[in-house]
Amino acid sequence: MKPIGKDYVKKKYDQVVPGGIDEWPVVNLSKNREEFIKEVTQESIKRIKKLTPRRASLIEEIETTLFREKLRVKRNSWAVDPPDEAQFLDSIKSRLVEISTNDDKEEIDETLEAILTEIISRYAAEIAGNFKKSRYRMARSIVTFGFARLLNASRARGFWSILSTRFSLQDKIHITGEVEQLRNLAKKGTIIMVPTHFSNLDSILIGWVISALGLPAFIYGAGLNLFNIKIFAYFMESLGAYKVDRRKKNLLYLETLKSYSSLAIQKGCHSLFFPGGTRSRSGQLEKRLKLGLLSTAIEAQRVNYQKGKRDGLHKIFIVPVTLNYNFVLEAPSLIRDYLKLKGQERYYVENDEFSTSYKISAFLLKFFTKGSDISVSIGRGLDVLGNYVDEAGNSYDKTGRQIDTQEYFTKDGRIISHDQQREDEYTRMLSDRVVEEYHRINKVFASHLVAFTAFEILQKKYRKLDLYNLLRIPDEDQVIPYEEFREVFDRILARVYEMYNKGEVSVSPYLTGDPDKIINHGLANVGMYHAKRPLIKNKKGDITTQDLNLLFYYHNRLVGYNLESYV
Amino acid sequence: MSREFVGVIGSGSFGTAIANILAKNSSVLLYSRTAETAEKIQETRISCGQHLDDKVKVTNSLEEVATNCNVIFPIVPSANFRDSIQQLAPYLRPYHVLIHGTKGLDLVFPKERPKDFKINKSCIRTMSEVIREESLVVRVGCMAGPNLAKELALGHPAATVIASPFNEVIAEGKRLLRSEKFQVYGNPDLKGVELCGILKNIIAIASGIISGLGFGDNAKGLLISRGLIEMIYLGKALGGEISSFIGLAGIGDLVATASSQTSRNYTIGYKLAQGKTMTEAIAEMEEIAEGVNTIQIIKQLADAQGIKPLITDTLYKILYEGMTPQDGLNYLMKYPGSIDIDFL
Repeated sequence: MKPIGKDYVKKKYDQVVPGGIDEWPVVNLSKNREEFIKEVTQESIKRIKKLTPRRASLIEEIETTLFREKLRVKRNSWAVDPPDEAQFLDSIKSRLVEISTNDDKEEIDETLEAILTEIISRYAAEIAGNFKKSRYRMARSIVTFGFARLLNASRARGFWSILSTRFSLQDKIHITGEVEQLRNLAKKGTIIMVPTHFSNLDSILIGWVISALGLPAFIYGAGLNLFNIKIFAYFMESLGAYKVDRRKKNLLYLETLKSYSSLAIQKGCHSLFFPGGTRSRSGQLEKRLKLGLLSTAIEAQRVNYQKGKRDGLHKIFIVPVTLNYNFVLEAPSLIRDYLKLKGQERYYVENDEFSTSYKISAFLLKFFTKGSDISVSIGRGLDVLGNYVDEAGNSYDKTGRQIDTQEYFTKDGRIISHDQQREDEYTRMLSDRVVEEYHRINKVFASHLVAFTAFEILQKKYRKLDLYNLLRIPDEDQVIPYEEFREVFDRILARVYEMYNKGEVSVSPYLTGDPDKIINHGLANVGMYHAKRPLIKNKKGDITTQDLNLLFYYHNRLVGYNLESYV
Repeated sequence: MSREFVGVIGSGSFGTAIANILAKNSSVLLYSRTAETAEKIQETRISCGQHLDDKVKVTNSLEEVATNCNVIFPIVPSANFRDSIQQLAPYLRPYHVLIHGTKGLDLVFPKERPKDFKINKSCIRTMSEVIREESLVVRVGCMAGPNLAKELALGHPAATVIASPFNEVIAEGKRLLRSEKFQVYGNPDLKGVELCGILKNIIAIASGIISGLGFGDNAKGLLISRGLIEMIYLGKALGGEISSFIGLAGIGDLVATASSQTSRNYTIGYKLAQGKTMTEAIAEMEEIAEGVNTIQIIKQLADAQGIKPLITDTLYKILYEGMTPQDGLNYLMKYPGSIDIDFL
């Protein structure tokens, strides 16, 4: 592979924390795991009581939780669930019945408190991660070593190349953007990394990036479903994951989860949220983010300020990250889900490609032996209000004036107050800012651009059709003469560069030079390992597709830049 | 205590009236744009024909306003709004709360405009958006409602809506403005409430025309109800909630402005109907009638989007294309009536 521009430099980074792994906040957290679970439990109970100020409403909330949990156990139980769950729920139920026959208010409150503590501490213990440094080291070397072997074997071809060290993971995964700033900020405060989410591979990928950049391990919420598989659970836990169960949507659980995240951030644990909540089904950049976990960053920042922890050491930095792929293995099923959901099919079943270890290993093997390059763009750090920060962690307004983030939590510049509604609104604002940054740092690949161009040409040609009918046009109507394609591609490419020069989007180094070459590069890479290719040249040299749904998926990556008006 | 003041930017008739209302609860710093006017007002204690409350201090320094006030009410015409905020911005801090009282739109054109450039929604800013763009302040709100400056000055009972996504901004607005003669309501739909105040000015001009032509209350009733529907359509297209238009800032303000001879927009319309040209009518006004500018912006936007707001369109013809008010009215009356209400 030829070197391509100074943008992609292979580099080895020192550890950010000089004291080594023992100094990491996440190690501390797992050392005092029991204590932390207790703390989370107390904090959650405090929150829940605030949300249910009357005794009756608290009882109702517990009853609702109980009802939903029983339903879940009955209808949708997983291997990872503890075996005594039904029993536990029954015991809670009988105690709730006791309450209803009791007249002594004090006794009722006592029992309620006890019930609440039991449920919450159970939740907290389930959520809590169990980071082990020895396992972390091992997992890291397995990932780095193992993948490097696979990579060398597949790139260089030939049996002995499995021992070659020519290629490392950095040849496959290009890290670009504000790397130095990120490393600096990690010394100055607590990082909340918020990446886009397209593939199940993302968490492993980001985990590797974090370690390759010399950063201490980040904690991150991983779907409990992934813990159904023992080997996966082992790796995830050792990499700093805590568990998020998407089946549990009751208030008690959600508050416990938020307390966990908020307290961990307050203790200085760098965290990773996929703020889109789930993989992007459509292939579009996230438009709306889940506010729950994001709000814990704002809350933790305010609490740190309230505790008198001034900027400098306990400031919280939001770092948006985009992952850019030419090829997303799950694309066919993701886009199918998306179309089904949009078409409002009633019985929508989420399909889980990662349900067995076999499928996962098959996926990884395919990815590392076949998948084309990936780039990870690290965005500039933001404070919790979405203002840019400099290397030292100071915030600046749009005009470049240095500002004190703390004052956003006051009415007069002095007294820090807790106003939940204010923080909810700040969370929405932060989410908008992160989405804005995603668009800015998103790297346009040649593959995205060809897919976008082709699909938009078809869409314009058949503008009277709605999306579903468009996706069903016959094969012979899916051909675009090369000249026409090239013309539109040129216009869109020019526009992309215009935006790039204004700093509104980022571009891949492959996007320079002769447009015909760019197009060929794009065609060769777009969804390259799908059985049916989203975009190809036919025998006559014209552009056509083998799978319109997939073309739609890869095209979606560039939706939101108003590029369609240049078609 | 150094921070007991509330700030008002703009010493026009509405700004002055608000300063006097605020003075019932707190000390007020009233900013006037030129040093001479500031001095004159401070000396005579009269601003735009209104006596200033003793607790109002006049200043020509934006820095003084920003350092002494946590809450500031910018009340300047939309044409100068961006400039004013730009000048104020260097002194603003993250804790500031800004509640504006300007019922107009701001237009932003891209730097390089292609020949066939048409304005679109992304060129239009409400005043709160201007504040967010030009300053670091995030806790922003607006006040809107039937608040004719001349009646406020006389101390007649009235009410206003404070709109902001932040409850604390609404609470501050209430705390500062509420008095026995002045009621304050809250609304979280900032954009919707801003649009109410902006769009009603169009209808107010039409109402002035109807009166100027000598027509009575039937015609006015017709205009107000059809006008409200046009406001709702435009407002919804621009990102407001329907519900805000049925509130104090919508129908409340519309009724007040469309029937009041003290309203600037109404007066412009009235003068036009009496046979004056646009330039003559504007020259006779003491202060800016925001509606004139709004009609122009909305007309361009509607053209670009291929929609036809009937009343705005006709007013544009009267204002800028030489249609006589009588012809305009005839045109509206001949237009086939459609369904009364089709949006609820």
